[in-house]
Amino acid sequence: MTATRTPSDQSTSKPPRRPGDRIFASTARGAGILILVILAGVTAFLLYEALPALTAPAEEIPGDEGLVSYIAPLLFGTLLSATIALVVATPLAVAIALFITHYAPRRMALWLGYVVDLLAAIPSIVYGFWGITWLAPKLVPFYRWLEENLGFIPLFAGPTSATGRTMFTVGLVLAIMILPIISAISREVFLQVPTLHKEAALALGATRWEMIKMAVIPYGKSGIIGGSMLGLGRALGETMAVAIILSVSGGITFNLISSGNPSTIAANVALEFPESTGIDVNTLIASGLALFLITLGVNMLARWIVNRRADFSGAN
Amino acid sequence: MAKRIDVSDLNIYYGSFRAVEGVNVSIEPRSITALIGPSGCGKSTFLRTLNRMHEVIPGARVEGKVVMDGQDLYGADTDPVTVRRQIGMVFQRPNPFPTMSIYENVAAGLRLNSVKMKKSDMDDLVERSLKGANLWEEVKDRLDRPGSGLSGGQQQRLCIARAIAVEPDVLLMDEPCSALDPISTLAIEDLMTELKERFTIVIVTHNMQQAARVSEQTGFFNLNGVGQPGRLIEFNPTEKIFSNPDQKATEDYISGRFG
Repeated sequence: MTATRTPSDQSTSKPPRRPGDRIFASTARGAGILILVILAGVTAFLLYEALPALTAPAEEIPGDEGLVSYIAPLLFGTLLSATIALVVATPLAVAIALFITHYAPRRMALWLGYVVDLLAAIPSIVYGFWGITWLAPKLVPFYRWLEENLGFIPLFAGPTSATGRTMFTVGLVLAIMILPIISAISREVFLQVPTLHKEAALALGATRWEMIKMAVIPYGKSGIIGGSMLGLGRALGETMAVAIILSVSGGITFNLISSGNPSTIAANVALEFPESTGIDVNTLIASGLALFLITLGVNMLARWIVNRRADFSGAN
Repeated sequence: MAKRIDVSDLNIYYGSFRAVEGVNVSIEPRSITALIGPSGCGKSTFLRTLNRMHEVIPGARVEGKVVMDGQDLYGADTDPVTVRRQIGMVFQRPNPFPTMSIYENVAAGLRLNSVKMKKSDMDDLVERSLKGANLWEEVKDRLDRPGSGLSGGQQQRLCIARAIAVEPDVLLMDEPCSALDPISTLAIEDLMTELKERFTIVIVTHNMQQAARVSEQTGFFNLNGVGQPGRLIEFNPTEKIFSNPDQKATEDYISGRFG
């Protein structure tokens, strides 16, 4: 029996604090505070610089119709391209992650994982060049087919762009760009599904696909949503690829395959900023503020979706 | 309904490692068969071969024959998925699906069998299964709550309800009480004695009193040393095993003189 101290031996209620603990705690706390300070700084900068544009009379804003009608098409273009990207990329990324974690032979899975991760390492300007020189022309016949056969759907009303530099092309390129992040995160959560749950499904007589539907996907759902939101964040903010590929003219339209497309906020800033002065710069920054708020909103929405069924998440 | 299982010359492998060798045993219907033995002797491994869950582990394979009422479970044209639908399993740690409600957990197996059922029939079956698992009174007001919110003992009974909802022929239980307190253990043991009227039950347990309390037949597994395959040393009526076993090793083990 080792001697145990009675409570009265310790005059102070606090345990002794070791220097190592203190240093680590303050470093971690500092890092936590730093991110808040940076975020606050960015917000303050955006607000301050956007203020002149927010208060300026309508005719001083580029386009002469006021801030709202300047930003609205850009915002629309941003959301539309990101939505296309997400709709295309999410199922594909989840399928890739499932294949890697549950179907592919081990060696192939490893190799495939590397290749997908490699997609993330390609600079966006390269995607831009690839999109405009290779993908866009190749897609023109496909767009023609869409226009002829599905033209009654407003999305494919046409007339088909001769260059293929359309909103649809941009969406596809963005989809490829966000594929790695969604698939990497999905892969991680799929690997974390406890064997216990998978065996529970198998022991009930589930086939592999049924096991995936019963145990793997529900367990990984919050991860899939989280990964998609990170991907969406990237798609919303993507600049170079969009700026290079998209042929911009005209305003809000759901027509995905014509040559008249709204630009996106980020691409518009990149293209217009070098030649802007005075109030024009403030306008661009105001559009940046709008993008910032949208991204923030998207992230909060995602968190809300994930938390809504937290009881059922399997985290407890 | 309850079926008998005949195992002959069964060798079980993990890759090239032979984990269990030469098992010959007959498991009677409508009775409880307990498997006891020290850790690592292959009793759980053996249990998992009975519903072809063993082969879920990469590299795991089996030689020999397992026959359930004339149906060769390892026959060339036997689908492991079909086998598992006939032979239910309850695991060591309670594993209700965390993303499903209590109701959905019980209904999970039926959904798999893609039985088209009226809502009212499904409700009846869920109620019947939960009653069969002695859980109904405790959960009837919160069927739409997650199964993971229940206590450990309740979760394990939920898993039993899930397993019996599909009316299997045989119920395998892999140390079902090892994570539970004595009161929950008692509840599960009472349940087992009720369930053996309808099912063939095989239970792996580390608790020898449990084996003595609930089972009709007991099998003792042992291994000669680390790296050696496990063997079924003795298989006899439970009373005989615990009073007058044939083998010295069995006697040593049950009397605590195992070394």
